[in-house]
Amino acid sequence: MLKRNLLKSLIGVVSVVALTTVAFAADPVKIVYIGKNTGNPYFDSITGGFKDACKSLGCDFEFVAPATAEATSQIPFIEAQVQRGVKVIGIAPNSPDALNQVFDAARAKGILVLTVNGDITKNESHRDATILPTNFDIVGHDQVEMVGSLIGYEGEIAILSATTEAPDQNKWIVGMKETLAKDPKYAKMKLVATVYGDDQPEKSTTEMEALLSNFPNLKGVIAPTTVGIAAAAQVVQGRKIADKVHVTGLGLPSEMRPFIKDGTVKAFQLWSPYNEGWLAVHFAKGVLDGKVKNEVGGKFDVPNLGTITINPGNSINTQSALTTFDAKNIDEYKF
Amino acid sequence: MSNVENPALAPSREVAAPRPAWRIFLIRPETMTLALLILGVFAGSQLSEFFLDINYILKSFTLYAEFAIVALVLTMVIIAGEIDLSAASNMALSACVFAYAQQTGAPLPISIAIGLSAGLFMGLFNAFIIIGLKLPSIIVTIGTLTLYRGLAQIIAGDKSIRVPESFIGINNVFIGGIPAPVIIFIILSIVLGLVLGTTIFGRQIYLIGTNEVAARHAGVRSKSIKIILFATLGLTSAFAGLLTASRLGSVRYDLGLGGELQMVLMAMLGGTYIFGGRGTILGTFLAAWLLVIVTTGMIVANWLPAYQLCVLGVLLIISIIATNFIYSRTER
Repeated sequence: MLKRNLLKSLIGVVSVVALTTVAFAADPVKIVYIGKNTGNPYFDSITGGFKDACKSLGCDFEFVAPATAEATSQIPFIEAQVQRGVKVIGIAPNSPDALNQVFDAARAKGILVLTVNGDITKNESHRDATILPTNFDIVGHDQVEMVGSLIGYEGEIAILSATTEAPDQNKWIVGMKETLAKDPKYAKMKLVATVYGDDQPEKSTTEMEALLSNFPNLKGVIAPTTVGIAAAAQVVQGRKIADKVHVTGLGLPSEMRPFIKDGTVKAFQLWSPYNEGWLAVHFAKGVLDGKVKNEVGGKFDVPNLGTITINPGNSINTQSALTTFDAKNIDEYKF
Repeated sequence: MSNVENPALAPSREVAAPRPAWRIFLIRPETMTLALLILGVFAGSQLSEFFLDINYILKSFTLYAEFAIVALVLTMVIIAGEIDLSAASNMALSACVFAYAQQTGAPLPISIAIGLSAGLFMGLFNAFIIIGLKLPSIIVTIGTLTLYRGLAQIIAGDKSIRVPESFIGINNVFIGGIPAPVIIFIILSIVLGLVLGTTIFGRQIYLIGTNEVAARHAGVRSKSIKIILFATLGLTSAFAGLLTASRLGSVRYDLGLGGELQMVLMAMLGGTYIFGGRGTILGTFLAAWLLVIVTTGMIVANWLPAYQLCVLGVLLIISIIATNFIYSRTER
């Protein structure tokens, strides 16, 4: 009798445990972020935001990325995540259109597809929303103003960009050229060259050195890419010409700190990649729970960031303008 | 599949006792590929619970089917003692030519014909330089690899060219639950396997790869056969390029970038001898599945790409050592 009761209660306990494990296993929302490629420190910061937000909201998070950043290398990774049953795919797309078909297939399965830190321009209908650090339309103007303020709005400047195809950089360069051509404030500044370091430290260094020898009167260099600005600063530091050539652009505070400290670079700009991940998870969880409507004009609250508005094209920005880093504030930023 | 030893070349010593059938079967590179394939399926199922899903594996195969299709013809080129590293660039240029043609208003069937002809022409161009000017195919095709990719970039620029909606989605066409590119791959494997394994033409390919001078003395028209092989490879590459364009929905100059290495990898994993004379379509067929199974298994298990590259590298080295070992044993 005792034995049978024991057995019964044992079965009871086992089944309760089994049930709760099943319930628990099915519970957390799976979120994945697919980077452009591995070994890119910029994505560590975005991933950090994803991770922390997933921890606080109780989601499962994974970061994956292909070895190379070519147009189609992300496709097997997207399909694998669909197979793994994720609910949300965040991705920094390597191509503006080669991923369209895969995105459509994922969305047909009810997966929320968000482009984070880069969008599929002109193919926006193939993703649910995009999360960008700031309004990319004004980056070009802000960068010209930055270099202008450093060189006294007069003299020769050059641009050291990433690859010739990089969509974001090309958009900003167009903005820079328009600003220089139209705004009389910058009439005495002359853009003498645009060169491409392919986001490789060695090539960026070579291109920077070539700029210095080809244009002896060069006063300012804008490098709107984290690899380029670090390489350019390194060259200027090595040649001890910081008083003649002003390097600025978009850089990571962690990489640029030594150059700010020794005066090689006076100021540069960027946004917080961390906040992109943080925002993406809060937005995605809100949409999945039905608390946030993914509609243009919709508003939602994100801890630490305040009220966020969904802009036309289902585009969401983490901040309204670029953050400028200089000797005064550089120590406040950890990424 | 086929017996590669040509009786005409056998030494005129007394004939050794025939080897038992099981040894002939076991000591073959394809057997090793098959064993690795089974091992790969098992490992994949252990790595991730999401792996063993036939629909997922078939779907993943479509991502590599284009390279696999070209690898089948490439296997025949390698057996004939040559190599073509320009096939992936050919895919890109043919696809760009096709997309450009239809963008400028040519009807779809005409554009497809133009794209395929471009590929055929590229294959013939390779053949002309290699056979006509008697130059090593590895150097020549490294040259055309760069040239074709460059031309593709001139045509398409840095932008992508959309293809018409009606052309998109061959990978979503299913015949009996199997995606169309996989069906194409299987049918082509059977056809080429029969050509290489059972026809005189196939025998002649092996003979050229084993000893071209001897083959020519024996009356084999090695030049024409090689021209046919390079031309077929060019045409097949163009076809694969169009398949890729249909799957992606757009064409860029970097389509299939680095694919030549995947193709050579498939041929090598399948036991094709890099110096020619040996290899089978069955081997490449199995190796294509092996590559897809291993890659997909690691990706769905969220392995870091660095580990994936290491595994693929080790796999290739194992297969080369094994192939070499097997061939050096069977040579005696």
